[in-house]
Amino acid sequence: MPAELSPVDLSLAAVERPGTFSPRRARLVIVVLGVLAVASIVAFMTYDLRGSLSFALELRARKVAGMTLVGVSLGAATVMFHTITGNRILTPSLMGFDALYLMVQSLAAYTFGTFAFLAIDVRVRFGFELLVMVGFALVLQRVFLRPASQDIVALLLVGVVLAGMFRSLTQLVARLIDPNEYATLQDQFFASFANVDEDLLRVAGAIVVVVLAVTWRWVGRLDVMALGRDSAVGLGVDHARVADRTLVAVAVLVSVATALVGPITFLGLLVSNLAYRLTGTFRHRYTIPAAGLAGVVAVVGAQFLLEELLEFQTRASMIVSFLGGLYFIVLLLREPRS
Amino acid sequence: MVPDVSHQAADRRVADLRVAAIGGLVLLVVGALSLFVGVSAVSPWDLLAGDEQQRTIFLTSRVPRLLAIVLSGSAMAVAGLIMQGLTQNRFVAPSTAGTIESATLGLLVATMWFGTASVLGKMLVAVVFALVGTGVFLALVQRLRFSDIIVVPLVGIMFGAVVEATTDFFAFRADLLQTLAAWTTADFSATLRGRYELLYLVGALTVVAYRYADRFTVAGMGRDHAVNLGVDHRRTVTIGLGLVATVSAVVVVVVGAIPFLGLVAPNVTTMIVGDNVRRVLPVTALTGAIVLLVCDILGRTIRYPFEIPVGTVMGVIGGAIFIGLIARTRFRDAR
Repeated sequence: MPAELSPVDLSLAAVERPGTFSPRRARLVIVVLGVLAVASIVAFMTYDLRGSLSFALELRARKVAGMTLVGVSLGAATVMFHTITGNRILTPSLMGFDALYLMVQSLAAYTFGTFAFLAIDVRVRFGFELLVMVGFALVLQRVFLRPASQDIVALLLVGVVLAGMFRSLTQLVARLIDPNEYATLQDQFFASFANVDEDLLRVAGAIVVVVLAVTWRWVGRLDVMALGRDSAVGLGVDHARVADRTLVAVAVLVSVATALVGPITFLGLLVSNLAYRLTGTFRHRYTIPAAGLAGVVAVVGAQFLLEELLEFQTRASMIVSFLGGLYFIVLLLREPRS
Repeated sequence: MVPDVSHQAADRRVADLRVAAIGGLVLLVVGALSLFVGVSAVSPWDLLAGDEQQRTIFLTSRVPRLLAIVLSGSAMAVAGLIMQGLTQNRFVAPSTAGTIESATLGLLVATMWFGTASVLGKMLVAVVFALVGTGVFLALVQRLRFSDIIVVPLVGIMFGAVVEATTDFFAFRADLLQTLAAWTTADFSATLRGRYELLYLVGALTVVAYRYADRFTVAGMGRDHAVNLGVDHRRTVTIGLGLVATVSAVVVVVVGAIPFLGLVAPNVTTMIVGDNVRRVLPVTALTGAIVLLVCDILGRTIRYPFEIPVGTVMGVIGGAIFIGLIARTRFRDAR
């Protein structure tokens, strides 16, 4: 006999048990996460500084800024995506959003020619890519998310396969490009934390701030959405419209993160679920900040621990996919009868 | 009235033969096409006229390539069919059960620790890893509370992702990430005489699979059913998984990972011919070979004279077909 595991309700509303939510505790969690995030940033900036101080600080500041943006974007985007899809395991990355971003990039490079494409001002290029991404996200929503939003596991499988397909398509397009240009493009795709473009960083930072400020005005409606489509409609929320808008925000945030450091598949899944568990609620005024801060702690903290303290030659994203995959399997093993 | 069973069986045999004949014909045509597509021009007329240079290209490159594709394509398709039978889930295949990822990890371990080992040695290590990986997947699936047809492959894909992360981790530390990417993308451009012959082993295993076909059908109906019909369930499952793991590992070592083939070929075939493994198996093998050949020819012609690896083409086409299959089962009812 297999050991008895208690089933998990994968819906978002199930996160909060009736009568147990304490706003004080949730606020405390956010403060603690904030302190940890700042501590990781400070540790990363100041640990073992040598040589030219201003140079080292500038280099590290750029790295940290990139990582912070990625952590915040993926954390917040995943929470919002969970709300509109009505579950807490289907994440934008698993639906292939970041793979899609890379595909859009390579397609654009193929259409315009790699060097011509790279010569365009980074802000214009990024703006164009964002537009295409948002369009794609809305198509994806029409084709897969809306008709099947009740069937999360089927959707997950579609997403995982779509992501694989987008990756193959990216490779395919990359091969269609002149082999001499291919190497140049490849560098673009695997931008690591080490060489984040300064202009891109400014644009990305501005976009993330704007998107988060705008979505912050919807947190009340998002809370209602988390109760499920029928309840939300019953309570007078235009479900389709809020879902569309939120999806646009998600697409933009994921594009920003992917543009900065490339795909980190399981980060959103890990930090969002951590946020639900720690705050004990699905209410977005707590979960969005908590997930964003947890994202910063996970990315900056993990990178600091691995790279600087343990002098471990690895990429944080590999550790994240390892742990994320394990966590995911556990969730699936405890899946409830639907 | 009693239906005339013998008559029905005869009808079915005729229908099977017709499908097999059509499949065989398509394979011949695509195979012939494959022989004469390539950077150096080889034409049947020059060959017949006895052109020495063309003859060399034909025999050292084109023929081995065709054989390698047919062998690995049909074997991966049959491996997928066996897995789907044994797990009673048509979304399970070496690429959705962690088998391919485990074999890749084995290949990496063999390369890192026994760098001088022969191809055969590496293959053995890969086979062992593939077996263990597939076993872990089965153990996981048995722990599932409700083995939904979709949850099972999801667990497999996630398990594959975890194994892959492990592989990447070690490859990164050994500075082998790039080499790994080159290995794992299936590519027949380097298939020459002397470098593909291990695949004959895979061909032999496909024949063994055919011998056991009926038992796989029975085992697929579940343990109780199998025991009732006098089939040793455990042994049949072990043999089946052994076949699947060995085939996948050998193909990964010699060719690279071929995504989705083990999943798509049996599904498409089953739709046409039905569920009986002994009847489906030969047609599945044909389908696998044809699909892989078509993808390879596509890869060779899209960006002529450069080549796109067959693994990449297969990833796009196979993924699209797979999504179509899921949509057929699930979303049709949801609408």
